[in-house]
Amino acid sequence: MTTSTNTAAAPDAGSAAGNDPLLEISDLEITFGTTNGEVRAVRGASLSVYPGETVAIVGESGSGKSTTAMSIARLLPKNGSITGGSIRFGGRDITAVPTREILALRGSEIGLVPQDPMSNLNPMWKVGAQITEALAANGVARGAKARARSVELLEEAGLPDAARRANQYPHEFSGGMKQRALIAMGLAARPKLLIADEPTSALDVTVQQQILDHLDTLTEELGVAVLLITHDLGLAAERAQHLVVMYKGQIVESGPAIELLQNPQHPYTKRLIAAAPSLASRRLVSGSGTPAAEETDGASAVQRPTYSAPKLSGPKVPSLTVSTPTGPTPTDPSTQAEHAGPQFGYGEVSSDAVIQVQDLTKEFPIRGNVPWRTTPFTAVDKVSFEIARGTTTAIVGESGSGKSTVAQMVLKLLEPTSGRVLFEGKDVTTYKGKELKSLRRRVQPIFQNPYGTLDPMYSIYNTIEEPLRLHGIGDAKSREAKVRDLLDKVALPAEMMRRYPNELSGGQRQRIAIARALALDPEVVICDEAVSALDVLVQSQVLELLNDLQSELGLSYLFITHDLAVVRQIADRTLVMEKGKVVEQGTTDEVFHAPQQDYTKRLLAAIPGGSIPLAGSETIDVDAPDAAVEDEQVDGSPQDDGVIDPFSEAGHV
Amino acid sequence: MDGRLFPFFPRPALPQPKVTDVIWYIGRRLLQMIPVFLGATLIVYLMAFVSSGDPIAAIAGDKPISPAVADKLRAQYNLDKPVLIQWLIYLGNLFQGDFGIGFNGRPIIDQIKAAFPVTFRLAIIAVVIESVFGVVAGVISGLKKGTLIDTTLLMVSLLVIAVPTFVIGFIAQFVLGVQLGVAPVNVGRDPSWQNLLVPGAVLGAVSFAYVLRLTRTSIAEVATADHVRTATAKGLSRGGVVSKHILRNSLIPVVTFIGADLGALMGGAIVTEGIFNISGIGSLLFRAIIDGESPMIVSVVTLLVIIFLVANLIVDLLYAVLDPRIRYAK
Amino acid sequence: MRSEPVTRSVRPAATHFVAPLDETPLQAVDAVDTTSAPRSMWAEAGRNLVRNPVFLISAALIVVILFVAAFPGLLTGQDPNYGDISKANQPPSSEHPFGTTRQGYDVLARVLYGTRTSVMVGFFTMILATLIGGVLGALAGYVGGVFDAILSRVTDIFFAIPLILGAIVIANRVESMNVPMVILVLGVFGWTNVARIMRGSVISVKNQDFVTASTALGANSVTNLVKHVVPNAIAPVIVTATVNLGVYIVAEATLSFLGVGLPASSVSWGGDISDARPALRTQPMMLFYPSMALAITVLSFIMLGDAVRDALDPKARKR
Repeated sequence: MTTSTNTAAAPDAGSAAGNDPLLEISDLEITFGTTNGEVRAVRGASLSVYPGETVAIVGESGSGKSTTAMSIARLLPKNGSITGGSIRFGGRDITAVPTREILALRGSEIGLVPQDPMSNLNPMWKVGAQITEALAANGVARGAKARARSVELLEEAGLPDAARRANQYPHEFSGGMKQRALIAMGLAARPKLLIADEPTSALDVTVQQQILDHLDTLTEELGVAVLLITHDLGLAAERAQHLVVMYKGQIVESGPAIELLQNPQHPYTKRLIAAAPSLASRRLVSGSGTPAAEETDGASAVQRPTYSAPKLSGPKVPSLTVSTPTGPTPTDPSTQAEHAGPQFGYGEVSSDAVIQVQDLTKEFPIRGNVPWRTTPFTAVDKVSFEIARGTTTAIVGESGSGKSTVAQMVLKLLEPTSGRVLFEGKDVTTYKGKELKSLRRRVQPIFQNPYGTLDPMYSIYNTIEEPLRLHGIGDAKSREAKVRDLLDKVALPAEMMRRYPNELSGGQRQRIAIARALALDPEVVICDEAVSALDVLVQSQVLELLNDLQSELGLSYLFITHDLAVVRQIADRTLVMEKGKVVEQGTTDEVFHAPQQDYTKRLLAAIPGGSIPLAGSETIDVDAPDAAVEDEQVDGSPQDDGVIDPFSEAGHV
Repeated sequence: MDGRLFPFFPRPALPQPKVTDVIWYIGRRLLQMIPVFLGATLIVYLMAFVSSGDPIAAIAGDKPISPAVADKLRAQYNLDKPVLIQWLIYLGNLFQGDFGIGFNGRPIIDQIKAAFPVTFRLAIIAVVIESVFGVVAGVISGLKKGTLIDTTLLMVSLLVIAVPTFVIGFIAQFVLGVQLGVAPVNVGRDPSWQNLLVPGAVLGAVSFAYVLRLTRTSIAEVATADHVRTATAKGLSRGGVVSKHILRNSLIPVVTFIGADLGALMGGAIVTEGIFNISGIGSLLFRAIIDGESPMIVSVVTLLVIIFLVANLIVDLLYAVLDPRIRYAK
Repeated sequence: MRSEPVTRSVRPAATHFVAPLDETPLQAVDAVDTTSAPRSMWAEAGRNLVRNPVFLISAALIVVILFVAAFPGLLTGQDPNYGDISKANQPPSSEHPFGTTRQGYDVLARVLYGTRTSVMVGFFTMILATLIGGVLGALAGYVGGVFDAILSRVTDIFFAIPLILGAIVIANRVESMNVPMVILVLGVFGWTNVARIMRGSVISVKNQDFVTASTALGANSVTNLVKHVVPNAIAPVIVTATVNLGVYIVAEATLSFLGVGLPASSVSWGGDISDARPALRTQPMMLFYPSMALAITVLSFIMLGDAVRDALDPKARKR
């Protein structure tokens, strides 16, 4: 569904008369009993879904959006219960009816497409059998008839070769295929309402788009109402007619999708829209010294990109206050590697390449059926690129593209099969022992999973101090001063250092990880999906922090991500990887506005919400993989107030 | 999303298991078993012979023996050769079905053949009892986690683990055999299945408690799995969800435990057979230990180790059959 | 597709609902919670433990058991090794609260002094087995490759010889059995489950990002193993070791019962249970007291293990 369907869903007073909502939730209260007392997960939530309509609940993790949806078919975990309010389905109050009656609704009236395709199919049963079971349970069909129907349903869900696939086990399916099977299952008994709980958040963007398109078409045809749960505002706006925004267990705002996006009222919605990466379309600019860039909650939501300066202290490098270097506009992306590196708009910044990667290749032996039969699998195939000092280079690609393997080789955590990594012109591929240790001081990583990146046994102080101790830097006293300084740099209070990772949120852990990476004053920081696991607001906060640190300390970043929207916000140069190869590279501007390769175009087109016009933001409108790329329309000037726009510097537009 | 952590090993789509895969999987398991078999038999062999007293003196008993006869006996039992050679000779003979001659003059293989069926029967009874009662109690406990019945069953299982088998055996023998007279006090030779019921239950008691606890944990874990919620959302009744989605998934580790336990129980029979005076493998072994009859000790323990290994092999194969995710070529 | 006509309706009015601001005050993004006191994971686990009645009961029992093991003489004036045959088979009296055995030993004294033997065997066997199993398991899991394959096979070898069988064979060969010897025998055959658990735990920890991060910071593999991997992998081993302690106590009693454990001259519950067997009909309490003492001791350690497992359960941990 695109903008046009959204308009179609606009209120129509004539046809509305006599319409009753399919689902009506009013003043819903849900409480969880935990060891630490009761937690009120949902408070006074009211929403309604009309037949055939798509309603999206948007919120961060812990906002209560899934809990609200799960309570409808009484699928809450054991310790959760509805403590107030009512749920009416099809005009009937089902809040307190016996379980038997809920059972009759499940599957046949209310379907579910769950979040994680990996864990939601029973690994012990064939996929076909699991759908057949849904048909039998709801009295749709039995026996051979049900089996035939389950193949039809899989086909309908867009699974190729459905007859054979129905006979396979879930572990033989890819993530996207599993999700299609789950959609087939959710729609098997033709429910009137389909609850889709983050149905695609575990999938690659291009797969996500295909599956959501398919789901849209299917529910449209069948007239199924959809309650879509998502953390992605862009995705919600693109797919739903009506949006419901939840924050800390409460509904803070709801309304027609477009209206809500363009005219948000609640400060939280404003904040969410401002931070949504899928709607962002600008390179973040570090604003120290730029007067207009100050944000009060929501007030400047339409002024995008926005920047809020964390209370930074420490010496500022004047020449680097605004270091948003931009690359040249090369004509042929494939020759990029041979270029000397991007030139800079600011003379103080040297134009040398801090890291050069030349023909880097990694092969993994894949064991065959018998141990002596191994086939090499080329995870990374002759990848070459450079990172110019003080800039950010992003590698973007989907799972299996080899982007993380590149990061590991640059970090020297993995031996390349062939090719070289040059650090300041010196080949470091063969570094060992002391040489390697001193190289490690200068190249530091930040990893994806905030819950795995910090040793749970180490206090925050010990975590940040560890690199200093490892390299024998300073005495206890100077190290403590350094830790304080680093905490300050990542905008965390110094009292934090006596705490342990298990007390911190994901975003805070990631900031600790950044502080640790910066402890040795590195020159290069390699961020492997460093913000992917974070909620949108926290993600944008961390991205801004990274950007500020770059301008303050002159860091060079290699940013590995699957998320093009993040690339847009942080990268100066972008490499697109597919199946181990770099298919396209150039300045971020070029890649986004004039993609050369079909694959890049497909990726761009798949960014959810990219095509939704939003006051103050630019849209990326790349329709189809093979379609001609339209020239992007850069919206007027409101965002240009005082903020230096890297794109205009590039002279591209 | 590239959610995998380090190290990153990309894998192409999984190949379908073929017959050759299954053969190779079995072959690989057998190959892994060889060093384990050799190592375990060597250790048993060394333990039984090294630092032992003079086995010839043990044969002779209290009667004095002439040096010539002693030498002849030594040669007969290969005691004049280095231990490693003895072990290899012993293994060679073993593979030809020759376990040697016992100190009582009867071939060891014959003695084992006579005793084995008794112990096997005993172990089968123990396994049946532990599986049936353990799984049923474990399922109830796991599905009703936190209720009174769960707590009670858990306490029973703890008690059974804490009270040693021989105490349970004494009590069972005393109460059921001596006081109530519903079971024989001493089982003796060639026991019927019925006579072995009480000793079997005693033998399986500790395993019953483990099966109960394992089932309970497994059930409780699977019951909160995502796919169980999805099955509920499909419209399946609670009974359907439990039987089709919770039981099968959670019983796989239990089945493998029980399979491997069959091998372990044969070894554990030594105590039970002692209490109920059952002439099985355990008694044979115990008598050999008391008499210092090393060839018999080595033979019986080797046999038990082989049974244990075979049971584990079968469990591995069973696992692959039960769980479609197990990749043959791993 | 469904044949019946698709029902579709439109929301009657495009209501744009906005919650009153004061109802949901907006907090700073990712606000730092400074209210709770700093707590390490172990401190957190400790807090969970203290709130668990199973832990409180088992810990109290273990304190009592340890006290008895340390000072058995404080609770009885009788010598457990002095048998007065003229006072055999006496019923409970003020002098002999639990009565006397067939040999005229004081049952209470035997039970109290037997605690020391059992606790010593259990504790030191646990230490020995955890050391062997922990070190081998950690190395196998951390180094991996061929080294792991070899160590895993060695573990399999010892695993294939059941604890009691192996101990019986050795114990029978050792001329003078004493407490250190029993510890050694049980330790040599009782470490395999520790090794397997340690190996699995180390493998799951060593691939975590914080270990990789430490490597990238310049730590070598030994530093990583000692400072990051082992401390994070040790929790399940502690649980296993606690439960094992009870298992070793039972194993010692079984060996003594079979007559291949501690000699008759030393005080052991297993031996006493064995001795009480012939008098089961006339004096069932002779069997009851040592059995009860054994069961309570083993139960305490198993319950402690359960409680520690619950406290360290990552699922219960605050994220």
